[in-house]
This record gives sequence, structure tokens and C-alpha cells, in this order.
Amino acid sequence: MGSLANDAIAIARRARSLGARRDRAGAALSLGIVTTFLTLIVVLPLAALVWESKKAGSHGFWAAISSPEAVAALKLTLGASLVVALLNAVLGTITAWVLVRDDFRGKALVNAIIDLPFALPTIVAGLTLLALYGSRSPIGINVAYTRGAVVLALLFVTLPFVVRTVQPVLRELDVEMEAAAASLGASDAVAFRRIVLPNILPGILSGVALALAKAVGEFGSLVIITGNLPYKTEVSSVYIFGRIESGDTPAAAAVAVVLLVISFVLLLTIGVIRHVTTRHDRG
Amino acid sequence: MAKRSLRSVALGYLVVILVGPLGIVFWRTFQHGLAPAWNALSAHDTIHAFELTLIISAIAVPINTVFGIVCALAIVRREFPAKGLLNAFIDLPLALSPVVVGLALFLLYGRQGWLGPWLTAHGIRVLFAVPAIVIATIFVSLPFVAREVVPTLREIGDEQEQAARTLGAGGWQTFWRITLPSIRWAVTYGVILTTARSLGEYGAVAVVSGRIQGVTETATLRVQQRYESFDLAGAYAISIVLALLAVGVLLAMTLIRPQEETA
Repeated sequence: MGSLANDAIAIARRARSLGARRDRAGAALSLGIVTTFLTLIVVLPLAALVWESKKAGSHGFWAAISSPEAVAALKLTLGASLVVALLNAVLGTITAWVLVRDDFRGKALVNAIIDLPFALPTIVAGLTLLALYGSRSPIGINVAYTRGAVVLALLFVTLPFVVRTVQPVLRELDVEMEAAAASLGASDAVAFRRIVLPNILPGILSGVALALAKAVGEFGSLVIITGNLPYKTEVSSVYIFGRIESGDTPAAAAVAVVLLVISFVLLLTIGVIRHVTTRHDRG
Repeated sequence: MAKRSLRSVALGYLVVILVGPLGIVFWRTFQHGLAPAWNALSAHDTIHAFELTLIISAIAVPINTVFGIVCALAIVRREFPAKGLLNAFIDLPLALSPVVVGLALFLLYGRQGWLGPWLTAHGIRVLFAVPAIVIATIFVSLPFVAREVVPTLREIGDEQEQAARTLGAGGWQTFWRITLPSIRWAVTYGVILTTARSLGEYGAVAVVSGRIQGVTETATLRVQQRYESFDLAGAYAISIVLALLAVGVLLAMTLIRPQEETA
């Protein structure tokens, strides 16, 4: 009887160690799949891109990114993206506040359509904006082929970011704190600045960083409505596309590497904001 | 009073940016009835473009779903060096310009690229053909499933999985019986986002497809092509179909989000 129990324990132990070994094999397999797939789809193409940009040497690289047209495109890209990010910070926060604290008929519908710019193909977004704000505008506003069109298109595609990062924070924020501030004589503006804003600031900042990343790389919504005029409405991604079309891949790759670096920096910033705020929550 | 004015600012903003333009496109498309839109949509190349878009999504979405789940499990449940690097690379497609993605693939698979000569020698066409469009679509829609599943996996913890293991369940069994049912809404949500991105991708596909009418032209490329050929009615009609698909996606998102939050 005793030996039978011992056998059972031994079998169970062996099964467990077999299971552990199989676990480790499974871990290695899944990690292998993830690494291989990411390498093939993301890392290898980006390596080829960086390689191409270095083909002409560091001199060629600088010449490519400091050509007047490339510089003009990069300046417009960064300038318009910053303007759009700031507008998003204000209008996105207001929209999030209205969606959380206000109550009106059709609020659920309004809440749902916030994500529409994400779901709508960017080329359709551009065509759509042109229908209302182009030369055939029924309301007589024509911004087509101007820098205003660049800002408009970027506002469209970045609409959801700040709203969606601020909304959950605002929802969890205690209304009683604001009520207490108000009962102690603080005006709405003071209560907002002292109580609400510090709490939602990380949300606003990560939304702004996401919007910036999207705006800097945006392409589809801009090609139709901006006319892609060099020195005037041509942003960096459109410039890169033009260089590819004319067979000048080293120049295209050089500017693309600049955009790649900007994307990395913005992702890093978002990571840092997230890290700091979660630590803040725990402490 | 302040509430009122803030509400008008927010709603006014949405009307100016979003609702107004979309309304005009709907009105322009159907102002002469359904027939012109229908005719534009039944053109041979347009039908082909939609078919191609659906085929591409049907390949890219399942691949990204499996990858997203495996990736999320690796990030949350496993410890390994360079985890931070994996995290950074998984988010990169979200922050990267689609044109940069297209160019990177162009340079890898092109005639003078690293893989181009070998592929040509073996008679495999990637660039300016369907495989390149599939790879570009996979690239841009890569992170969505993983990003949805990671927080859910963290939240549910691994106690139930451990219990299943102790009771003798194997790795697969634990995954199918315990893990997958608890992350199913997150996976579904991620799949919806992936599908939306796959159907709507333009920039990366514009670079790698070669935009050959009736061959490598997807629905979004077809919109641009119709617009450039001064066929505004055609461009609008295709846009409306894509917009309706987007509304479908939105509806699915709205229906699923509460489920995900309570689950």
C-alpha cells in the first residue's frame, strides 16, 4: 500500500517536471514566433531603410535632408502638427469634459462618432473635407491647396486621441472634490485649474503625444485636399512619396529616417508619461 | 451657463470637422438617386478593387490576431531580456508614417533591395503584387490585438491558469479553456480595430502596390484614382461604401466596449 502511494507521488512529480519542461519549450516557441515575425515584418524593412539612407555617406544624408524642399516640408510638418496638437489639447479636453460631466440627448451617439476618424480610411477623410471646404463648397469656404487645409485634415485624423485619453481619467475623478472646492468659494475656473487639470494633465499629454505622432506621419488625408504644392502645402510624407515616384530613393530614405526618429522619440515620451503616472498612482 | 457654452463648443467642433463634411458627401452621392452611385460601384475595376481589399484583410487580420495573442502572452506572462525593446517595436507601427512603412518594404523587396534579387531569381513577385500589399497591411495593423489583450491579461492575473495547471491541464488545454474565454472580448475588440485599419490602409499600400488598375488596386487606391480621373461621382460612391464599413466598425466597437469593461 505504502509503495503504491510512493509510486503515485513519483509519477505525479515526473508529470510535473515534464509539464515544466513542456512549459519552458512552449515559452521558447512563443518567444521565437514573436521575435521572428517582428523581425521579418518590422525590423528587417526598417533596417533596409536606414541602410539605404546611409548609402550616400553622412555627407549625402545631410545633403538630402537639408535640401530646401525637404527642409520646407519638414518645417510645415512640424509646425502644422504642433498647432494641431495644441488645438487638440484644448478642444479634445473640452469634448471629453462635455462627454463625461454634461448630459444631453444623443450623448451616446456623439460619444460613438468620436472614433469615426479612426475607422474611416484617410483617403476618404480627405475627399470628405474637400467636399465641404473645397472649390465646390456649398458654404463658400474654400481652403483647398492652402496650409489651412493641412491643419484641417490633421485635426480630422487626430480628433479621437486627446478625447479618449482624458475621458477615462475624468470619469474616475471624484466630483466631490470639485464640489468641496466650490463650496469653499472657488470659482469654476479656479476649481478646474487647481483640481481637475492636475489630475487629467498626464492624459492630455499622452493624447497630445499620440496626436503629434499621427500628425507628423499623416499622408492619406492630405494628398487630395492639399494639392501637394512644394514649399507651400507639401508635408514630409508627401515629399517622401514624391521622391520614391521619381526614383530618388536615397533622398526619400534620408527624410524617412528623420520621421522614424521623431516617431521613436514620441513613443518614448508616451512611455515615460505612462510610467510616471502609474508610479504616482501607486504612491 | 458655462456648461452650455462648453457643450456648444464641443458639438460645434464635431460638426465642423466631422459631421458636416460627411453629410455633404452623403448628400452629393445620392442627390440624383441611387442609380449613379450604383453604376459607379458596378464598374469592373471597382468591383475588383473591393474584392482585393477584402482578400487582403482576410489574410492580414487572422495572422495579426494569432500574432497579437501570442505576443500579449509573451509580454505579460513571460520574463525575458529585452522585453522593453519588444514593447517599443510593437507600438512602432502606430506612430510611424504609412509612407515610411511603404518605403521600408519597397527597399527590402525591391529589385535592388536585400531580398529582391533572390526573390526574382526564384520567380517570386512580392513588390507591386499582392504579397507586398499583404505585408504592408500586416505591418500597419500589427499592434491592435496585442494592445487590447495585454491590459486584460494583466487584470485577470494568472491564478486560474495556475489552478488549471495544478489540476493537470496541459498548456494548450489551459489556453483554450481558461485564458482564451477570459480575453475573448479584448481579442474581438482588437480584431475589429485591425479590420478597420486593414480595409482603410492607403499610404503604405500606395507605395508598394504599383497601383495597377484591376490588378493591385485596392478600394482606397481606387478612390484616389477615380478622383484624379475627374470621376467625382465614382470617388464618392466608393467612399460611401468605405464610410459605411467604418460606421459598421463603430457600431461593433460601441456594442463591445461595455462588455469588455464589465468582463
